Amino acid sequence: MSDPILSLSAVYTDIAQYHILQGVDLVVPRGQVTMLLGRNGVGKTTTLKTIMGQWAAKSGQIQFGGADITQMATSARARAGIGFVPEDMGIFSDLTVAENMALGCISGPLKPERKDWLLSAFPALATFWEAEAGNLSGGQKQMLSIARALAEDRKLYLIDEPTKGLAPAIVSTMAAALRELKAQGASILLVEQNFSVAKALGDSAAVMDDGRVIWTGEMAELATSKDLQERLMGLSMEAH
Amino acid sequence: MTAAPDHKPTFATLSLGERLDKAMPVLLIPILVVLGFLAIGAPSSWLTLTVSGLAMGMMIFIMASGLTLVFGLMDVINFGHGAFVSVGAFVGISVLIALGDWTGATSLLLNMSAVFLAVVAAMAVTGVMGWGFERVIVKPVYGAHLKQILVTVGGLIVIEQLIHVVWGPDEIFINRPETLKGAITFAGAAMEKYRLLAVAIGLILFVAMRMVLRRTKIGLIVRAGVENGPMVEALGYRLRLVFVGVFIAGSALAGLGGVMWGLYQEVITAGMGEKMMVLVFIVAIIGGLGSVEGAFIGALLVGLTQNYVAFLEPKLALVSNIALMTAILMWRPQGMLPVVKAK
Repeated sequence: MSDPILSLSAVYTDIAQYHILQGVDLVVPRGQVTMLLGRNGVGKTTTLKTIMGQWAAKSGQIQFGGADITQMATSARARAGIGFVPEDMGIFSDLTVAENMALGCISGPLKPERKDWLLSAFPALATFWEAEAGNLSGGQKQMLSIARALAEDRKLYLIDEPTKGLAPAIVSTMAAALRELKAQGASILLVEQNFSVAKALGDSAAVMDDGRVIWTGEMAELATSKDLQERLMGLSMEAH
Repeated sequence: MTAAPDHKPTFATLSLGERLDKAMPVLLIPILVVLGFLAIGAPSSWLTLTVSGLAMGMMIFIMASGLTLVFGLMDVINFGHGAFVSVGAFVGISVLIALGDWTGATSLLLNMSAVFLAVVAAMAVTGVMGWGFERVIVKPVYGAHLKQILVTVGGLIVIEQLIHVVWGPDEIFINRPETLKGAITFAGAAMEKYRLLAVAIGLILFVAMRMVLRRTKIGLIVRAGVENGPMVEALGYRLRLVFVGVFIAGSALAGLGGVMWGLYQEVITAGMGEKMMVLVFIVAIIGGLGSVEGAFIGALLVGLTQNYVAFLEPKLALVSNIALMTAILMWRPQGMLPVVKAK
């Protein structure tokens, strides 16, 4: 915890007249997978978008790699080393899979060894490499969205519900890829509703409610304590 | 490696109807040309009108391409675009008048050099003006369509009045350079040399623009930005810079269109750009806002329709483009090649 890659302190974010984030304090340790958990509508996605700069923080401070990025433009945050997989996947459907991947590389063309790794993790992308991304299925789009964020090494990945609405077989492909990313020592902040995925991947966890982080700790502790789950999220995650 | 079972996804084969539907916007041009041939009957008149329609379409495309990209990228409705057409025409024609010796000579090289310098001057001036216009007038009203309309129309009026201040209130008549005067005859049809030049320039520009948009990284960013700007920024690209670049390029192209249109009409007025805006907007809308290919097809359809109808039924010429727009929007309310916008 001594050297976090990202930390938020007392971050408030409004969307129109709604006060969505109400003092978020969050620390993402370097080289770990941090799960951001909580019921729907508690501000998980807004937290990621505020970190990315897509929503401006009204007050509070966001530190990334030791620098204050609170006022930075979204594109500058990305160039500073944050990769983002949004909840809606953000696929450019008029562009081909190859073109989508090319956009994921800001410092040059996609490196061949990187491409090989991504295509072995997500074989469907190889089949549709030259196809328009709009024609892909939901699961394939999600794979493309993650592969695009991984097209270059980033210091931190923000991934918003990568397994949402996907068939179990595709969820396990996704989980395997994320596990591999984790094994490479990547720092990840992951919003995930699928408990078995969360349990398998997470090192630490932060649980949100009403626009605040109400609990932080080891993922293993949360995974084993039904009591904690019921108290924090109003239900046992084993039920998922 | 992956836990997912192996599967071999295949592409479904599209039926003939679906494939035709996809290709229909592109097919509309040859269909219209054939219909024109059948309706006109006389091959020589048809050929003359077709070249004339294509020339007009190319010039409208040059003016419309910048407008459609500016809208697609940043959702900005720029009614001031017409001002750059007028300014481009006045700057370009002033250069041509100043180079009277070159334009009056019977040397193709001297004539074309004069036109080239006129175009460069017009594009440089309108490009710089576009940069200033974006900073002063457009930037403060991002995201507010009503304000954009009001403030850009205001900008248009101011620039038109500035043209009166600099060049005087009267229209300026001009002669085309010597070697671009007159027509060549082919298969009994007279085709003005200048119109052929306009078709050539328009085609070269369209191909160049397509190459930039399809083959370069900056083109890729522009196309992605039209579809989902926030995501392009989240990937690390400064979309605002790209937008300013597109705005400058679009303004410079409007200036080029102004010079070409001025030479086509052989008269220029401060209000010429404003008048063209009706056609330019029709083209951008029926093409699908944000789509350069759509604007190209739309411009050719507008040019051809106007010329054919003016010949067949002169009284209908004025409404022909509105009728064309109505028909296309009833068929495809988002335009012929709509850009999928991420919500």
